[in-house]
Amino acid sequence: MSEFHAGDCVRVREDFPPGHIRTPVYVRGKTGIVKRKLGTFANPEVLALGRDGMPAKALYEVRFRQKDLWPDYSGPDADTLDIDIYEHWLNRI
Amino acid sequence: MRGPHDIGGLKAGPVDTSAHEMTFWEKQIDALNVLLAQKGLRKVDENRRYIEMLGHDAYNTLSYYERWTAALSRQLIDKGVFTQDEVDAKVAEIRDRLGEDAA
Repeated sequence: MSEFHAGDCVRVREDFPPGHIRTPVYVRGKTGIVKRKLGTFANPEVLALGRDGMPAKALYEVRFRQKDLWPDYSGPDADTLDIDIYEHWLNRI
Repeated sequence: MRGPHDIGGLKAGPVDTSAHEMTFWEKQIDALNVLLAQKGLRKVDENRRYIEMLGHDAYNTLSYYERWTAALSRQLIDKGVFTQDEVDAKVAEIRDRLGEDAA
């Protein structure tokens, strides 16, 4: 998987696999902007199976508009949410 | 589709933020978790998977450390550390010792 860079527009996978998933349901299928790469870490979905978490996965800080996440959001348009998402949950758009 | 823990954005009542002391058995479970991690029998993410697998009813009924206990028990059975029969026998023995009726 090619690396993401700050400013890249990404969509979170809208999948619902079983197991321990660090990508909350409310953000799946939503579109955001990559802020930065936070590092590369053992994959928690694999660690959750009692294994070593390899291959390691890059973790990105992704920014979403609150209005894109919550249909009834009543706050300012400029409000955003930053959330950490692993590379295999992101697709470039 | 949505695990019992994954409640971001759902309606929720007021959150009880009052502090409380841990009971002795809660401390025991906490200590057991640390020891099992040191022995390589437990990882945080693995623990999370078992807690999230408890299902909505159990997850929303059990207290925090009751969830830990239920999850840890299942996890150690899956790893072959002990069997469900051994857990049941131990529980019966303790109930007997405490003079409780079997539930």
